[in-house]
Amino acid sequence: MLEVRNLSKTYAVKQGNFHALKNVSITVNKGEIFGFIGLSGAGKTSLARCVSVLEKADSGEILLGGIDITKLKGAKLREIRKKMGFVFQHFNLLMNATVFDNIAFPLKIAGKRASFIQSRVNELLEIVGLTEKSAAYPATLSGGQKQRVGIARALVAEPELVICDESTSALDPDTTRDVLSLIKKIGAETGVTFLVITHEMDVVKAICTHVAVMEDGEIIESGNVLDVLTKPKTPTAKRFFWPPDSVFEVSPQGGHICRATFIGEAARKGFIYEISRKFNVELSILSGNIESIGGTMVGSLILEILGKEEILAKTLNAFKENGVEIEVLSNHA
Amino acid sequence: MLDWDNLAYILSGGRHQTFEGYTNHIIPTLIQGTIDTMYMVGFASLFAIIFGMLIGLLLYITQPNGIHPVAFVNRFVGIIVNIGRSIPFVVMIILVFPLSQHIVGTSIGRTAAIVPLTIAAIPFMSRVVESALNELSHGIIEAATAAGATTRQIIFRVILPESAPALVGGFTLLIINLITFSAMAGMVGGGGLGHLANSYGLQRHRTDILMYVVVILVILVQIIQGIGQMISRKLDKR
Repeated sequence: MLEVRNLSKTYAVKQGNFHALKNVSITVNKGEIFGFIGLSGAGKTSLARCVSVLEKADSGEILLGGIDITKLKGAKLREIRKKMGFVFQHFNLLMNATVFDNIAFPLKIAGKRASFIQSRVNELLEIVGLTEKSAAYPATLSGGQKQRVGIARALVAEPELVICDESTSALDPDTTRDVLSLIKKIGAETGVTFLVITHEMDVVKAICTHVAVMEDGEIIESGNVLDVLTKPKTPTAKRFFWPPDSVFEVSPQGGHICRATFIGEAARKGFIYEISRKFNVELSILSGNIESIGGTMVGSLILEILGKEEILAKTLNAFKENGVEIEVLSNHA
Repeated sequence: MLDWDNLAYILSGGRHQTFEGYTNHIIPTLIQGTIDTMYMVGFASLFAIIFGMLIGLLLYITQPNGIHPVAFVNRFVGIIVNIGRSIPFVVMIILVFPLSQHIVGTSIGRTAAIVPLTIAAIPFMSRVVESALNELSHGIIEAATAAGATTRQIIFRVILPESAPALVGGFTLLIINLITFSAMAGMVGGGGLGHLANSYGLQRHRTDILMYVVVILVILVQIIQGIGQMISRKLDKR
């Protein structure tokens, strides 16, 4: 449904040119919640702004439903924009308009009938849980409520694509969770495609079905969220998905520090003890956690394996046979 | 017991023997002066607000990074506005005399004064409007653009309603400035309170009338400022 081909964007800055996007290509299918994660300056916001044509790309194509939107102008461009919703980091609500009028804005400018606007906005107010706040002004709302208005406004005209640019970055953790579950719920119920721009790993884990990792204006990894998160290839992606390696207390005998990732069913089975007994190796758990990524349980353990090289190899194999991703982080033997 | 007739005699510098005679003369004079001032300021404000809004919007929209940047128009209009603002009002009145003659058929009196007042106020109003609009966050305009709004819709549904409180503040500033300008216009044949201050206060040494004029001007400014702030506050939902 959205296809970005060889998109490039350069900004003129004092020290010459800044390449915000370098030949970015990505395909997003209908119904996906596609996350774009990267550090600031990685180009993710530029990508979002190019897709919504708030910014003109230098070269490349952005196909939305088969139409190259980078070439559009005037009325045709406005038509395409009506098929997209945009949720901003700082909400960008009309401060002198009520919650109702803010949400109604896209419908009003599209010249919809008052009776239709009334019922459609009320529907959205219900979805985002702000029915009582209909006549309130944004200044009286909390940050989370303001963003709910922003989401309702983005959805009211039944867009095909909704772009969320750092939509939860200005919110506290609790509110972030609320807003994310709202986006997830809407995605599941309506089948709307979302582009979620973020620098927070938790956002990707909580709602995304797919993810692209961006660095220096390029997409360095992309795909199904479970695959990319559990098998990151590039150092940047690893840093994002796995917390930086802490300094672990290594046993006096010296062992191998390993990371084991248990996906889905593997996370439920208890075979560590079994493996430990079978190969007669000492396995100690240095740290571990289990979480849900894109709806799949993923466990992650940092293990210390004490034993000879050949035993280690056998142990690692046993893990792999059980469907566990394992890699040696450091060797102190 | 206060001797009112004596007071009238002192205040009028011996021109009136009775208090009744004093008030019978002075009250209609002051009322007429106030009406003339309000007439000049009212019409000049109306025209200045209309043209100032148009030019201010034009400057705002055509500026670099504006919603419809046109560098040439922006620079050209900006220069004209700056020229208008750099001419002192007294000089402007003299410059505009022939024009007043042309437009309203006379170069003296309250109606004639509306022309220089308006012309002096338009550039000022334009800049005030421009800066009021520039206070808007770029984000809300971007949100409207992303929703597919036309330039006209952005102006009428976003820019104007959102900047209404600041604009009303600007109008208040303009009206008060025009009250002081109108007094100046009165000095050179424009009518109104400035004319009273000149013809009585200055030329006939009627300090009492001069003081009344000052009091009326102070009250007028206070009222306008109060009303302006009230409306602005009412419009502001931030």
